[in-house]
Amino acid sequence: MTPQAAPAAGTIDCDVHNAVPDIAELFPFLPDRWRDYCVEHGVTSLAPASYPSKVPLSATPESRGGPGPAGSDPDLVRAQVLDRGADLAILNCLYAVQPIHNEDWAAAMASALNDWQAQRWLAADPRFRASIVVAQQFPQRAVAEIERFAGHPGFVQVLLLAGSQAPLGTRAHWPIHAAAARAGLPVGIHPGVAGGNPPSPVGWPSTYIEEYAGATLAMQSQLTSLVCEGVFARFPELTVVLLESGVTWLPSLMWRLDKNWKGLRREIPWVGDAPSAVIRRHVRLATAPFDGPHDAATARRFLPRFLDQIGSVDMLLHASDHPHWHHRDPEQALLGFLSADERRKVLRDNALATYPAIRERAAA
Amino acid sequence: MSAPARRQVVVAEDGEIPPGGSRIVEVEGRSIGVFNLGGEYFAVRNACPHAGGPLCEGVRSGFVRSEGPGHYDYVRRGEFLRCPWHQWEFDIRTGRSWFDPDRVRVRRYDTRLVTGSELLDGEADLVDAGLQPGPYTAETYPVRSTGRYVVLEL
Repeated sequence: MTPQAAPAAGTIDCDVHNAVPDIAELFPFLPDRWRDYCVEHGVTSLAPASYPSKVPLSATPESRGGPGPAGSDPDLVRAQVLDRGADLAILNCLYAVQPIHNEDWAAAMASALNDWQAQRWLAADPRFRASIVVAQQFPQRAVAEIERFAGHPGFVQVLLLAGSQAPLGTRAHWPIHAAAARAGLPVGIHPGVAGGNPPSPVGWPSTYIEEYAGATLAMQSQLTSLVCEGVFARFPELTVVLLESGVTWLPSLMWRLDKNWKGLRREIPWVGDAPSAVIRRHVRLATAPFDGPHDAATARRFLPRFLDQIGSVDMLLHASDHPHWHHRDPEQALLGFLSADERRKVLRDNALATYPAIRERAAA
Repeated sequence: MSAPARRQVVVAEDGEIPPGGSRIVEVEGRSIGVFNLGGEYFAVRNACPHAGGPLCEGVRSGFVRSEGPGHYDYVRRGEFLRCPWHQWEFDIRTGRSWFDPDRVRVRRYDTRLVTGSELLDGEADLVDAGLQPGPYTAETYPVRSTGRYVVLEL
């Protein structure tokens, strides 16, 4: 198989997954109490079950070439992402601190993870950027973690998982949104488990394909919650980036929300504009995976219509989703059908507009 | 040439529609809702501009404004119509929708209260039709001119 095609020079890759090779790598960043707790209880890994290591989707063949799990070696990720033309890569570390029910342990693990990211990744190459991982199930602890890294030049986003205990727009989560807005950081939402809810709104699916394909449902629920609960009315400067959940479902959700808002807006009087307008202002989407027609002729007809429907190519942020393996790379799925101007926006300009921390460091 | 005179149709006696009340009337094939808002009368077409639903049969409610999530400012109670079909909201005073006031509005009609004697004085119609009053006046007997009537102008 061909490896993922090389991105163009100057590209900002908005979704790259760095992995913890071994829980012991975090021990230098954990207080002794929690380090010994992990050892004495035999906690050997918090690697999420959402990406079973031998499922092809979990990692491209070439990303499996290192000694540890795919995505765990900064040198290999540098070679396979950054040295292929990407100017910058935003790391979204998926490590299951969010389902931990012990508040103190969860917060300690999140802190260790971020300190590890700073030392092991951000220090390894100035082209790496990272998302702050937080124990979102305990919003006050999440706020403290955001504040600990606010202003750090390498951390450009707050990472939340879509499989939350309650919708992320509800007011219990507002301290997190407020802290992100104060720090000038977008909130990135990625599929993943952060509570006891099944990944599907109708219960637990039997198979991996159901869970992975159904990830769009949780993302649509989160987007609906964020808009209707008034998160963007309350935090007008906040941007939310939806990661690894497809993009092409968006028009139908916009249509549906707009239509129902006309009849039910009295429930959410703080949403003063049509929901689609709110989404266009505040929400961006990473382009991997991009679910579109599989044959080029149909895709060529589909894409202009899709861009017209969402209203602007400005909403799309290029992502490789490395090391996750999607059959068609961004070039075949999307970029190959865009004009030069649109390509430049998706590959770079939109990310600069979305991430103040990247913009400011680039200008410095 | 002046604009043609607007037709005037009596739709109720003053007092028949109490404050807060309404009546749906049929005028020249059109169904129209007449509303009494605190002693003032307003009339709108009983057909929602969205899908033609019987707007004037919908719930009359107030309008919820907000300065932000969790804040509800409930104003002008009873002055908004909500279509029974799809719940679009319209201001009874202006016919405007809330969510798209510049483009979506229901036809509204001017109403006024006139006395019986004004109604019986048909001169205005004749003058509007281009006629001049003559020099002679016959003796007339007003039948009833003490009441007041709600008149719809079309």
